[in-house]
Amino acid sequence: MYSPDLLLTMYRKMLLARRFEEKAGQAYGLKKIQGFCHLYIGQEAVVVGVNEALRPTDQVMTAYRDHVHPLVRGADAGMLMAELYGKDTGYSKGKGGSMHLFDIEHNFYGGYGIVGGQIPLAAGMAFASKYRGEDRVTVCSFGDAASNQGALHETFNMAAKWKLPVIYIVENNKYGMGTDVSRVTAEPELYKRAASYRMRGEKVDGMDVLKVYDVMKDLVDHVRKGHGPVLLEAQTYRFRGHSMSDAATYRTKEEVEQEKGHDPITTLRAYITKQKIAPEAQFELIDEDVKREIDQAMTFADESPEPPLEDVWKHTWVEDGEPDERPRQRVRGVEVTWPTFPSQFEVKWDLEPKSPVAAPAAVQQKKGAA
Amino acid sequence: MAELAYREALNHALDEEMARDPRVFLMGEEVARYDGAYKVSKGLLEKYGSARVVDAPISELGFAGIGVGAAMTGLRPVIEMMTWNFAILAMDQIVNNAAKVRHMSGGQLRCPIVFRGPGGAGGRLSSQHSQALEANYVHFPGLKVLAPGTPADAKGLLKSAIRDENPVIFIEAELLYGSKGEVPEGEHVVPIGLADVKREGSDVTIITWSRMLTSCVLPAAERLAANGISAKVLDLRSLRPFDTEAIAAAVKQTNRVVIVEEGWSWAGFGGHIADFIARECFDDLDAPVSRVHGLDVNMSYAANLERAIQPSVERVIEAVNAVLYR
Repeated sequence: MYSPDLLLTMYRKMLLARRFEEKAGQAYGLKKIQGFCHLYIGQEAVVVGVNEALRPTDQVMTAYRDHVHPLVRGADAGMLMAELYGKDTGYSKGKGGSMHLFDIEHNFYGGYGIVGGQIPLAAGMAFASKYRGEDRVTVCSFGDAASNQGALHETFNMAAKWKLPVIYIVENNKYGMGTDVSRVTAEPELYKRAASYRMRGEKVDGMDVLKVYDVMKDLVDHVRKGHGPVLLEAQTYRFRGHSMSDAATYRTKEEVEQEKGHDPITTLRAYITKQKIAPEAQFELIDEDVKREIDQAMTFADESPEPPLEDVWKHTWVEDGEPDERPRQRVRGVEVTWPTFPSQFEVKWDLEPKSPVAAPAAVQQKKGAA
Repeated sequence: MAELAYREALNHALDEEMARDPRVFLMGEEVARYDGAYKVSKGLLEKYGSARVVDAPISELGFAGIGVGAAMTGLRPVIEMMTWNFAILAMDQIVNNAAKVRHMSGGQLRCPIVFRGPGGAGGRLSSQHSQALEANYVHFPGLKVLAPGTPADAKGLLKSAIRDENPVIFIEAELLYGSKGEVPEGEHVVPIGLADVKREGSDVTIITWSRMLTSCVLPAAERLAANGISAKVLDLRSLRPFDTEAIAAAVKQTNRVVIVEEGWSWAGFGGHIADFIARECFDDLDAPVSRVHGLDVNMSYAANLERAIQPSVERVIEAVNAVLYR
């Protein structure tokens, strides 16, 4: 029921994400990447299963574990790595680094460093889509710890009341930094957050890319039909620490080893093999192709220059008449298709019905009432 | 010229900009069916509908962030904060997202949004509802901060704020909403970053903004004139960016400066202006710069204490006399 093309695309993207993060981890050890650096290793089924259920025109954003979200949407691996290296050829010209990747060309609206801070932004983007009458959904990921932020509850309430086309994904890797989510959360079944706001809430095995894909297809359809926002809890696991500086001593070796037994890439490969969709030789070709892409990305990042010092004054305010940057056009010299929004249109959306308050004449007094 | 109340001038600016540009919408508490807590948005729901004049729940952080997300993807939101005291709850969205998203994205995104509402003391509201908080916002790169003190400036600057490509903090004044003044007819736009001489004078320059202009600076200048002192009144209107040229010219002309602000002195915006004058206009000064500001205490409810805490005509006159060594 899954096309060979889809299965192999998923396999390739998960592997690309894994290899990208492994290399980022190594580069961190060599101090080529510094600051905070949060790896996605182990969680790949979530980002890929979600992405393959979307259209290219749908909008995506996440928190600071954000390297692979743009990667699986088609971002340039070299330019992503260059951003991690703080180089001029990075997507944000070295201004954002690991936590703040943006690739607007591919409708990836960013990595954000304040836990839960991006949750209202996604609702605002969905508001804008609905305001202009566009057929587009916005997907916003966050970690389990963000589900205890006020921003989530305030936003869910408004998104649901206004039926905004937004899909929230809680990537529940069981730990908010070093704190087991159940230690600090009165209702640790996070998808139940949706019920308070009359939103549809689902949970899924986030280590199985096909299950994530299936439920996402259904949820995207639900949201596109105008039924309002949804919350998907993807139960997943990060094989590495919270960030590169985390030795993860709050988890037992046994627990980590057991979870590694559910590696999403191994699982999908076994499925494809069992279904006799691709021979072993095809996996080897994909593995080599991914390795080549990542090696090229590392070389590109290594050889790229630092940003020019005068750039320090740019991009804090928009200067008069200043255009927006188009990174791949600037760095790779290719013409890119850029998402643009109209300045003239008709707003046809009635966010709520007209006031039910009747005119004063409707006030009637009972005969004989005081 | 038409005589308008400050709230009417703001209403006209919103109305004109919403008519001109479908991307502009207003969101906040009580802005739609209630016509605005201070009636600034009166009649706009009827005219523009419930998607463009949106009653939000009491979730300042949430709807500030919804505004930022909408601004990132092509709309031009005006987010009304019922007062700036409540906007403290939304600081994360304003500071960490609105002010930084262009930078973090390396110039791929922009965030043309206006956060507006009343600042400063209201009148017998005690400490949580009587704060002049502009110093909080001028601190952050990426934001512009405006604080008009007259109906004409309120209208002209709000139109500029809505058309600006950056996040703008637009601080109105609760006690000014009913105040009236002449507003030019038709298209009236005041550029951001220009101060305005509200009274010419030659002995001393009084620099101020927002409500202090009419509540104590202009009345003090009038009384000083009766005593033979000619005070120039410079209304900054725009705090970030501020008009360095106008300040430097005024200091060169009068050689003496008093800065009057409603807020506290500690790390207050007046201190930043004094710093600018000390660095750039030192040779033009004949006396140290003096500051008049709200007392560095929390606002009290009692009428006499509330009066004592705020800058007054008397305190402005006293400060002017001091810099004139009288």
